[in-house]
Amino acid sequence: MTLLEQFQLWLGSSWPDWAAYIVPGIVGIVVVLAFVVITVIIFIWYERRLLGRFQVRLGPNRLGPEGIFQPIATALKILLKEDIVPAKGDKVIHWLAPVIVFVPVLMVFAVVPFGERAILTDLNVGIVYVVAISSVSAVGIYMAGWASNNKYALIAALRTVAQMVSYELPVVLAILGVVLMAGSLSMTQIVASQNLPFIILQPLGFAIFFLGTVAEMNRSPFDLLEADSEIVAGYHIEYSGMKFAMFYLGEYGHALAYACIISTLFLGGWQGPFLPPIIWFLIKVVAVFSVIVWMRATLPRLRVDQLMAFAWKGLLPMAVINLFIVAAEVLWLSEITPWLLVAVNFVFAGVLVLLWSKLFALGGGRVEV
Amino acid sequence: MKFERYGIGVAKGMALTFKHLFRSPITVQYPEEKLVVSRRIRGNELVWFLDRCTGCATCAKACPQGNIEIVTHVGDKNNYVVDKFEIDTGRCMFCGLCVEACPYDALAMGRSYERAQHRRRQLILSKEELQLSDIRQPSGYARPKIEAALPKQNLLVYWDRKEGGQKLSWLGLSKKRGRGV
Repeated sequence: MTLLEQFQLWLGSSWPDWAAYIVPGIVGIVVVLAFVVITVIIFIWYERRLLGRFQVRLGPNRLGPEGIFQPIATALKILLKEDIVPAKGDKVIHWLAPVIVFVPVLMVFAVVPFGERAILTDLNVGIVYVVAISSVSAVGIYMAGWASNNKYALIAALRTVAQMVSYELPVVLAILGVVLMAGSLSMTQIVASQNLPFIILQPLGFAIFFLGTVAEMNRSPFDLLEADSEIVAGYHIEYSGMKFAMFYLGEYGHALAYACIISTLFLGGWQGPFLPPIIWFLIKVVAVFSVIVWMRATLPRLRVDQLMAFAWKGLLPMAVINLFIVAAEVLWLSEITPWLLVAVNFVFAGVLVLLWSKLFALGGGRVEV
Repeated sequence: MKFERYGIGVAKGMALTFKHLFRSPITVQYPEEKLVVSRRIRGNELVWFLDRCTGCATCAKACPQGNIEIVTHVGDKNNYVVDKFEIDTGRCMFCGLCVEACPYDALAMGRSYERAQHRRRQLILSKEELQLSDIRQPSGYARPKIEAALPKQNLLVYWDRKEGGQKLSWLGLSKKRGRGV
């Protein structure tokens, strides 16, 4: 039983029925919204500082202690900016797109378990809900690209849709491996079943899921839809003011949401010794986000054909094989000690990655048209 | 069968950026921190030496812009006494022709590079303002004696701990750092 349900029961004894339903809902929404917005603001600052340190510079350090208020100043500046809609753009869709990008990101947090009972709704199909909701953002990005009446925006939108569709498959297959081992689709059950975090039990699944989600949240090196050097800013080229801020928030919110999902599915969620569960969860989320920033600081952007090839030739077959391996282990080897499975899976992961390095050569650096 | 392109390049790159994470930042936070400039810098200012100036106005004739205004009268020993020596640094392009023209070495290029003002009239410098002072020092350019006395150029000011410089902390947290020019 989640904390909110207990609150609801407690209210139900004294307040009218309808209030007992509405009040806990509003409380939960406000708490989660505040968490997301504040964390996203901190993440923006954190990424800029960390990226600065990776590039042997300081990053923003002027406003407030260590520059922590820089994102707030940025947000204020963005709020005051003129809101421009292209003259020949599709105005309604242009207005609607930022909302459709941002709202699903918030909705993901409904099933993120921050602690043992600190979860808004413990859906029994939690992870399916996450997969379904988080893909909706692609529609918003496509709408933004279409409504902008701008060729760069449309190119970015088309790239996004292709990327989302391609990377959804390996991500879902990697999730299936986790679901098979946990025996449940509920997020709390998945966390509870991780006595040994699934990153150790399924290293290949984790790699596939991590790379797939980095591609889905459109972060570097898979940030083809923004690609400053080729299509200027991609889908939000015609956006300014608060609507641009919604995209920006949505992008970082996406990163935060996926960092939460990765920590929940593979890193053991809120589980951990000594510290309270929420602290453990936040540590894991920040660690995942740091690795994403680290990748951004290191890896150059992929070409479009490389991106597609990486999803369809690289991740997807490996994800299928990973699923078969995990299924076989769950079916026949569920009785043996998990450390043997760990060893077997690490060997499988290494062999598969080496094999795919031979199969997935992409013309040895040459482009073959 | 040779294994190549199995991701070792990505790992190497990631390791390299990870090493960079622990380097000291190279950022110079300019208004608070300044690097020591070259000893022979030609800054955007001029230094005028009252005792050496004879008021001959060679510099004023050499100036392509006509920025230097000199007013003199005849003194007791049949010499020129400088009443007014003004340089409009707002129009000056710091070509240095006046410095080269001066027969008595009474003008020199200075070291400073921060001579911006809020009002144009503040850029017209009087003879008191143009004289040698703590903040108005001649550069070592073509003056070996001055050059030898100046501090050496140093791009790594924070590493020079003997002279008060301090290595930046990992986040750049250190408060006590940086030196003026």
